[in-house]
Amino acid sequence: MSKYTEDDLREELKTQEYEYGFYTYLDAETFPKGLNEDVIRAISLKKEEPEWMTEWRLDAFRKWEAMEEPEWANVRYEKPNFQDISYYSAPKQADPNKSLDDVDPELLEMYKKLGISVDEQKKLQNVAVDIVVDSVSVATTFKKTLNEKGIIFCPISEAIKEHPELVKKYMGSVVPKTDNFYAALNSAVFTDGSFCYIPKGVTCPMELSTYFRINEGGTGQFERTLVIADEGSFVSYLEGCTAPSRDENQLHAAVVELVAMDDAEIKYSTVQNWFPGDKNGKGGVYNFVTKRAVCETNAKVSWTQVETGSAVTWKYPSCILKGDNSTGEFYSIAVTNNYQQADTGTKMIHLGKNTKSTIISKGISAGHSHNSYRGLVKVNAKAENARNFSQCDSLLMGDLCGAHTFPYIEVKNKSAQIEHEATTSKIGEDQLFYCNQRGIDTEKAIALIVNGFSKDVLNKLPMEFAVEAQKLLEISLEGSVG
Amino acid sequence: MLKIENLHAKVEDNDILKGLNIEVKAGEVHAIMGPNGAGKSTLASVVAGNENYEVTEGNIFLEGENIEDLSPDERAHKGVFLSFQYPVEIPGVTVTNFIKTAINAKRKANGLEDMPAAEMLKKIKEKSALLEIKKDFLSRSLNEGFSGGEKKRNEIFQMAMLEPKLAILDETDSGLDIDALRIVANGVNKLKSKDNAVIVITHYQRLLDYIIPDFVHVLADGKIIKSGGKELALELEEKGYDWLVK
Repeated sequence: MSKYTEDDLREELKTQEYEYGFYTYLDAETFPKGLNEDVIRAISLKKEEPEWMTEWRLDAFRKWEAMEEPEWANVRYEKPNFQDISYYSAPKQADPNKSLDDVDPELLEMYKKLGISVDEQKKLQNVAVDIVVDSVSVATTFKKTLNEKGIIFCPISEAIKEHPELVKKYMGSVVPKTDNFYAALNSAVFTDGSFCYIPKGVTCPMELSTYFRINEGGTGQFERTLVIADEGSFVSYLEGCTAPSRDENQLHAAVVELVAMDDAEIKYSTVQNWFPGDKNGKGGVYNFVTKRAVCETNAKVSWTQVETGSAVTWKYPSCILKGDNSTGEFYSIAVTNNYQQADTGTKMIHLGKNTKSTIISKGISAGHSHNSYRGLVKVNAKAENARNFSQCDSLLMGDLCGAHTFPYIEVKNKSAQIEHEATTSKIGEDQLFYCNQRGIDTEKAIALIVNGFSKDVLNKLPMEFAVEAQKLLEISLEGSVG
Repeated sequence: MLKIENLHAKVEDNDILKGLNIEVKAGEVHAIMGPNGAGKSTLASVVAGNENYEVTEGNIFLEGENIEDLSPDERAHKGVFLSFQYPVEIPGVTVTNFIKTAINAKRKANGLEDMPAAEMLKKIKEKSALLEIKKDFLSRSLNEGFSGGEKKRNEIFQMAMLEPKLAILDETDSGLDIDALRIVANGVNKLKSKDNAVIVITHYQRLLDYIIPDFVHVLADGKIIKSGGKELALELEEKGYDWLVK
């Protein structure tokens, strides 16, 4: 980032609109709308899945049918009609095993627009990318380099076929099928996502990254990611998301499961930029995601998220600190503007002894938006010497938006030390005037103040993402002060 | 440099400036003194373009150009600098990052490229030495947890970095102990040249022992009621304002 000054960055910010709102005409195969057991069987068949996987899906579906959509989150939206969604859409030529020469040129053009290069020669160094468009994974880079270390990084649909023993053992082990309404739906209909396994003692030599893209209209995206870090291994994983601008609300219900075995460490970073809807709150993605990690002895998991997109977000990346001395971290920046709503936070479940967790949440609300932090810190009876530090800061812009904080603390062991700090501030006219007086215009001043406010979290992101994230924060808040 | 004619300004419904005239030429230092509530800080804010104040009558010319319709940042680009009486905090933004952003914004407005990093560093080093600012201070969040003296010193540091044509120091001496006062005044004196001008707003003669004004004005009830040389400040120190304000 050293040479990339903030002005370079702003130079790129000429477009006020959602930059990824384009649609690419791909020759796609899309299932008719509707959801029933036949559709699930068809997805499974399409994916050439073994029988056990089909049964797993059907079981999830039957359980989902009996479940109620949750209403406790501090968000208001029209419930999706689950029969009015197509559950499978795939660009026809997407076959990750084909060479790039065979790929639909339209698809390559789309990657270019999204700023992803799949050409390994030219791409960012040290980032291996898996790209998921609509329901399928379309390209995975650097596979060979990773294979040499015994690292498996592939579409989850491929893992089901190639590594069934790992998938069978771990899928659903962190987020059970019936965990919640959307996790159950995902378990029934998930179409693709990434799978990653780092063998014992291996430090993954590059960032692993998945790029999710909803392209087709009338579809939902239900991806599933499973990351397994075996004993003493380390991996840093990134995910990014975009979607075209549409009037309709599109549903994205993902499940991410992380397994950090003894002494392993997983760093999981997200830059979520699904289409947020237009200025009047029309359209936008419903982002209902379940993310959870299990940490065994001495393991560590860090979730870092920058949430700027989606019309409605409902997401709580969590850590189950099962092993003694394990550590969970959650660093979050959530920005809402116009009519966006976000209800996001984390759960830190302390089960082992000497477990530690840190939560830093920065919420920024502008326009008519509502931004809620919801977090649970739970210390079980046997978790001696558990420690948690939570800090939740909210920044408000204008007087029509809302910031809400819902901290839940449940402690059943007297040796626990829990700290919770919260602040709410407003970008003040006096701050803006001060910046203006120094020659910094209002738009830039807001960017500066917001970046300063978010610094503790931005610093946690891998460098390639930090620049992008900073840029996103600025775009998301453009025009938020009149 | 600066010419103000018959300036009237109000905030909300209160008339504060009521026909103020002043002319400041390049190379001059003017002191504006006066009782509390006379409109001294309002004058500073209005010249800087603070939109909370409404100019109802009169004109402000900067180097012959009427700046009435310019926004605060445009005025800054033209060389207006205000050292704030109460500088604001901007958490998470370091002193260095802030000044770098300000300098490059000004350069951009004037059609220049960003200042090269090496030049920026050199300048920061030079100006921070002038104001006896330590290196670790530069990486702290702007004004967050600064003492009164540190805040004022930081204001003058920014002034030194931005090299304004017209600097208005609004009660820069308040909250300074005698050593800090000397450092700040010394900084201002070193930055003075035949091409720029300084307006010092103060209650007390004290600062004027260090920054010697060419002219002293007494501002009361929104107008300049008396002007004179530096000896006027001494007279005010001795007699107060009552003999002027009847």
